[in-house]
Amino acid sequence: MRLIVPLQSVVQGRGGLIFGSLIPCALFYFLQLYLKRHRSPKPQSNPPSPTTSSPKLAEMTRTSSRSNLFSRSIGQVRISSRAISIAKPNESPYYIGLDKASEDPYDRLSNPDGVIQLGLSENRLCFDLIEKWMSENLGHSITGRDNGELNINGIATYQPFDGTMELKLAMAGFMSHIMGGAVTFEPSQMVLTAGATPAIETLCFCLADQGNAFLVPTPYYPGFDRDVKFRTGVELIPVHCRSTDNFALSITALDQAFNQTRKHGTKIRGILLSNPANPVGNLLSREMLYAILDFAREKNIHVISDEIFAGSMYGNEEFVSMAEVLDSEGFDKNRVHIVYGLSKDLSLPGFRVGVIYSFNENVLAAARKLTRFSSVSAPTQRLLVSMLSDARFIEEYIKTNKRRLQNMHALFVAGLKGLNIRCADSSAGLYCWADMSKLISSYSEKGELELWDKLLNVGKINVTPGSACHCIEPGWFRCCFTTLAEEDIPVVLERIRKAVENTTDLLNSS
Amino acid sequence: MVIEIEKPSSVRLSKVAISKTHGEDSPYFAGWKAYDENPYDEVHNQSGVIQMGLAENQVSFDLLEKYLEEHHEASSWGKGAPGFRENALFQDYHGLKSFRQAMANFMEQIRGGKVKFDPDRIVLTAGATAANELLTFILADPGDALLVPTPYYPGFDRDLRWRTGVKIVPIHCNSSNNFQITPQALEAAYQSAESMDLKVRGILITNPSNPLGSTIQSSILNDILDFVVHKNIHLVSDEIYSGSTFSPSEFVSIAEILRNRNYKDAERVHIVYSLSKDLGLPGFRVGTIYSYNDDVVTTARRMSSFTLISSQTQHLLACMLSNHEFTQNYIKTNRERLNKRYDMIIQGLKKAGIECLKGNAGLFCWMNLSPLLNEPTRQGELELWNIILNQVKLNISPGSSCHCSEPGWFRVCFANMSEQTLRVALQRIHKFMEQRKVCSVNR
Repeated sequence: MRLIVPLQSVVQGRGGLIFGSLIPCALFYFLQLYLKRHRSPKPQSNPPSPTTSSPKLAEMTRTSSRSNLFSRSIGQVRISSRAISIAKPNESPYYIGLDKASEDPYDRLSNPDGVIQLGLSENRLCFDLIEKWMSENLGHSITGRDNGELNINGIATYQPFDGTMELKLAMAGFMSHIMGGAVTFEPSQMVLTAGATPAIETLCFCLADQGNAFLVPTPYYPGFDRDVKFRTGVELIPVHCRSTDNFALSITALDQAFNQTRKHGTKIRGILLSNPANPVGNLLSREMLYAILDFAREKNIHVISDEIFAGSMYGNEEFVSMAEVLDSEGFDKNRVHIVYGLSKDLSLPGFRVGVIYSFNENVLAAARKLTRFSSVSAPTQRLLVSMLSDARFIEEYIKTNKRRLQNMHALFVAGLKGLNIRCADSSAGLYCWADMSKLISSYSEKGELELWDKLLNVGKINVTPGSACHCIEPGWFRCCFTTLAEEDIPVVLERIRKAVENTTDLLNSS
Repeated sequence: MVIEIEKPSSVRLSKVAISKTHGEDSPYFAGWKAYDENPYDEVHNQSGVIQMGLAENQVSFDLLEKYLEEHHEASSWGKGAPGFRENALFQDYHGLKSFRQAMANFMEQIRGGKVKFDPDRIVLTAGATAANELLTFILADPGDALLVPTPYYPGFDRDLRWRTGVKIVPIHCNSSNNFQITPQALEAAYQSAESMDLKVRGILITNPSNPLGSTIQSSILNDILDFVVHKNIHLVSDEIYSGSTFSPSEFVSIAEILRNRNYKDAERVHIVYSLSKDLGLPGFRVGTIYSYNDDVVTTARRMSSFTLISSQTQHLLACMLSNHEFTQNYIKTNRERLNKRYDMIIQGLKKAGIECLKGNAGLFCWMNLSPLLNEPTRQGELELWNIILNQVKLNISPGSSCHCSEPGWFRVCFANMSEQTLRVALQRIHKFMEQRKVCSVNR
């Protein structure tokens, strides 16, 4: 907050101005303290850490320390303040755990004592199907054939930055298929990006200015902190959801967060949703989608719906896309933007394919121009057009994927239940949201992180602690089960048991 | 609480979204629209607009095609696709080690083995466009400035400024010394920025230069490096055309200058490279940042999450660029062909009475049409550009879109078409010049 600065300069001793400016500054300062106290989330047993408290609080703390950083440069030559914060060693357990698991990865045969990765939501269950398709269909080179002649011209040269029409058509068809055919997607409203990560960032650049904010229900995907905030200067305001109603979003909570933030001078530009939700795995009902759209219209803000897990359904509930609701009712479509990608449903995160789907021509126009910074590689576009157009393969893939996902989910959740660890109700995603609060020594973020550390370093399994997801209740962990084989599940359960055996006897009670 | 009463579809967009900094309303891009609407085709549309405003290299496609034909493993992960799984799941922002190694080798080869590159200092981005933007985010804050010598690539206005909020202050160069950068011009630009209350964070040079089509001499590179050390700012050297020099000995990379100084002061230097020009693969979206600064490498790597290269593409190119025989032959042959094209266009233009700046690199030449201007102003230049676009049906880039301080210069690309098409373009220019001579005689 810029307004704090005058006080700092006064305190640092610009003597002559003291009396004229001290009293109003002091009054202002105490007003800020008063507001700060009333801004923090509902009381917990421990004070919130910077990750869960209001972002304004964290920003204020950073501002005062940043002034020292300006005079001291890293090496000899200065880098930007944006870069300084990004260059710092990553403190989030989300990233620390990922690093540790990748340094010493578990392998049933060659490295049975390695770290089992349950912190990366990747789907490996149907890889064999994709591999089979590749080996059968990659006979001709990806460069394609023109009258029997190899022709690289088609993919070597500059392509439309927002993706070829062929791929947009293929993606539109695929998205429609995995969402149960209930909605059609128009290729002309699509912008393709190098993954869903830049899709989210690009939308943030288009919808909000530096210093504006998006409301985001918690717990949320830790990557949003990077995707939304890193370079755009846009803030995320958490809207806390609780286990009492299975972490369902409530309009009341949205409204409260909106009003509180507005009072402190920050403009809310939109809501960022994940549907299916990550990390909880629940769905937004049709009624809730209507309610969110009503709320957005009332406040005149945008809605971003990240539907990247739409094809990873294992439950019996029906997935309803935001696009489907807009189709059927007379809502103002200009404020709705959908994000999708092939990293989860088609298990191709390395290929970098994301989608911005919007109904707003101006957003599409701006986003299209911005895709020059993050386009999908041409040979990859060619390969995917081929794969996505293979209707028989896609049909088989989707069916098999759902079946295997259901199976894995059931086994894993049952296994955790056997350890008296219950999971939140969920219908989709590559993970489950496990309640390990009974296993932590103190009901606090500190206790949660101690358990996380024990699971990682003693148990050698990497799971994502709820605090990294900004969950307001300590003790919840996201466990991704789609990188496992069935045989690995007992190994995981045994390791959890071993890691916590001295802390509690709760594993034996029911 | 105020309820804003507005039309339903008036939900607000950001300043970035509505800003014109993307620059797509400028003549540089207007010419492209004219081309899109009426593109020349050797067979089907011989009176269409010939695109000479796009710096794309199509002269060496056959070499790429031959490689891919003979090396299926590059595009298929081998028989039965065993490496596929790891590849498709690989989204690590460090990038495939084999690919970074191959890129480092390729960059070394282009520089005649005179310098070595460490693969761990290579950060991968989806194109040089993203690399330049990323570096700007890292080196400068919103409201800060970068100094860029004129004339410069029109895309910089967008790439360096749009989302970053950083400003460009030009380092003015002129024809009196072949548009070379001088210490006086550097100082003048710096002072100019200071007088506007802008903090200068670095200099960005393109070497070989776009649009000049010439390499920067090593004495000037030394001057520039001295200047950035003195001012304690950064130096970004965009060397995207380094493999497109007509003769291997004429290009001196900033890396060589650093090596000569034992890498003292290297932590302020960053090199941008890409395969879009030298290898003619802009569709693949492959760019790199090579930085001698550890913090910049770390930060750039993390930021590259927004602009990763497809692992499939990394795999394909790792195979191709590790093939020493292929790269040797490609670099040599590509140079020869570009040289031949350059000679062809220069001779053709000379015959038509048009002089160009002496060039030794790139996919274009810097043509001087100032004698033809009605008035020696930007307006005069745009009028002439319009005539060339609409009557002669050639899309060339006016110097004003490159921020050239002298009106009448134009960038003309020659590598994005067949030799036959280039001949047609030269014929049209010849005819146009003939007609003007006749007109001026009759006046």
